[in-house]
Amino acid sequence: MQRPKSGSPKKFQITGKLIVVEGIDGSGKSTQLHLLDRWLRGRGLPVFTTEWNSSQIVREITSKGKKKGLLTPTTFSLLHATDFADRYERNILPLLRGGYIVLADRYAYTAYARDVVRGSSPDWVRKAYSFAARPDIRFYFRVPIEVAMKRILVSRPKLKFYEAGMDLNLSNDILESYRMFQARIIEQYELMAEQEGFTIVDGSLDIEEQQEKVRDTVSKLLPAPMKQTVQPVIRA
Amino acid sequence: MSIVSHWTRKAPARPLDFYGEGIPYLKEVDIRGRLIVIEGPDGSGRSTQIDMIISKLEADGHGVLNTGLKRSDLIKEGILQAKQMLPLGKRTLALFYAADFADQLEHKIIPALEAGEIVLADRYIFTLIARSTVRGIRTKWSEDLFGFALKADLVFYLDVDPNELFHRVVQKSPSLDYYESGADMDLSDDLFSTFITYQQRMAREFASLAKKYGLIRIDGNRPIPEIHLDLQQRIDRYLASI
Repeated sequence: MQRPKSGSPKKFQITGKLIVVEGIDGSGKSTQLHLLDRWLRGRGLPVFTTEWNSSQIVREITSKGKKKGLLTPTTFSLLHATDFADRYERNILPLLRGGYIVLADRYAYTAYARDVVRGSSPDWVRKAYSFAARPDIRFYFRVPIEVAMKRILVSRPKLKFYEAGMDLNLSNDILESYRMFQARIIEQYELMAEQEGFTIVDGSLDIEEQQEKVRDTVSKLLPAPMKQTVQPVIRA
Repeated sequence: MSIVSHWTRKAPARPLDFYGEGIPYLKEVDIRGRLIVIEGPDGSGRSTQIDMIISKLEADGHGVLNTGLKRSDLIKEGILQAKQMLPLGKRTLALFYAADFADQLEHKIIPALEAGEIVLADRYIFTLIARSTVRGIRTKWSEDLFGFALKADLVFYLDVDPNELFHRVVQKSPSLDYYESGADMDLSDDLFSTFITYQQRMAREFASLAKKYGLIRIDGNRPIPEIHLDLQQRIDRYLASI
């Protein structure tokens, strides 16, 4: 676990492990994280899972701002950073220090991708998140847009305004806007993939195949006896 | 010669000038107004002074927007609620205030400046930076964060002796504001010492920000009319120089 580049000046020790999944909506990352969570818990390891934009404190503001169309790219970015900071200070950091395996469904990389697509400066967003520890593993689920869109539209036939990137004025057609928005996010992910050291998973493979790669990668982080006990995925 | 001083009519439009990288999608915006900031702790007489300055500026015929921290329609309530609900971490609080500030900057301050108004800000980013620094956040991080903030034309800070501040604050309300007195920082067993230590640290941060950003220190220990005269003369002189 690497300490953040810029954070509080106090030195501290982190003994836990931080694993994050990134990818566009419909890339299958949440499913994979859930299966990883089950597997680690099954092994009796202390696990904590956290999701992007899930902190109570900003939820109401974000939804109010969305309804009224009041969110500028900068406030949007800062509210997500506030949400992240709250989860980071309240859960992620203390649990990492306490030896937990923390699984994050989206991390700062989501901000690096989305906020930049919305018009924030890449450098500014990165500096804002510089207090965040660098994860031990950064999975990126790479998937063609069509595959991801099909998955999303099955479960959510009605896209929301901001979700579809309608605030970017890319297209008046919500589906087309969504497609263009996702394409731009993919572009950002691909741009940072090498520099950030993403472990790339082909999100168009079967769930089991993907999970095998995920568990294989994660097992290298775990204490030695774990290595020999990697088991094939059991279908839920 | 009109009795209203139409300085903004002759004031040339200028591009937005930021402390850092700025806001990339606002590159085309031009402003003609001026941004004047009054910083200072609670009890330093900020709002009294601001009311007096606004009266004078409006009497002189200027359009004035009064703005301040924690006043964004969208975010203000959320901050208050969240603070009551559960203690917030220093980084969370810093970003929350930054969001509130960004909302006001884009929805109030910049539009008013575009329209040629004088914006009088009751505290600005320097209070936010100082608060974070005394809580252990690197100043550089805060400075980078507020790289999107518009450069102010004049920044004053009301410097008041912490003991004097304590009396003024207690006279207003016998219970001290939790964060404003640094009660979240575990500085001491009793609130008086906590308050004094916290204000001393804030004053130290302000002194160093003053050097770096050209903040003008105003001795806030003096009587209200004397402080007002001092501020008003400086503001009038500045506006006349444009």
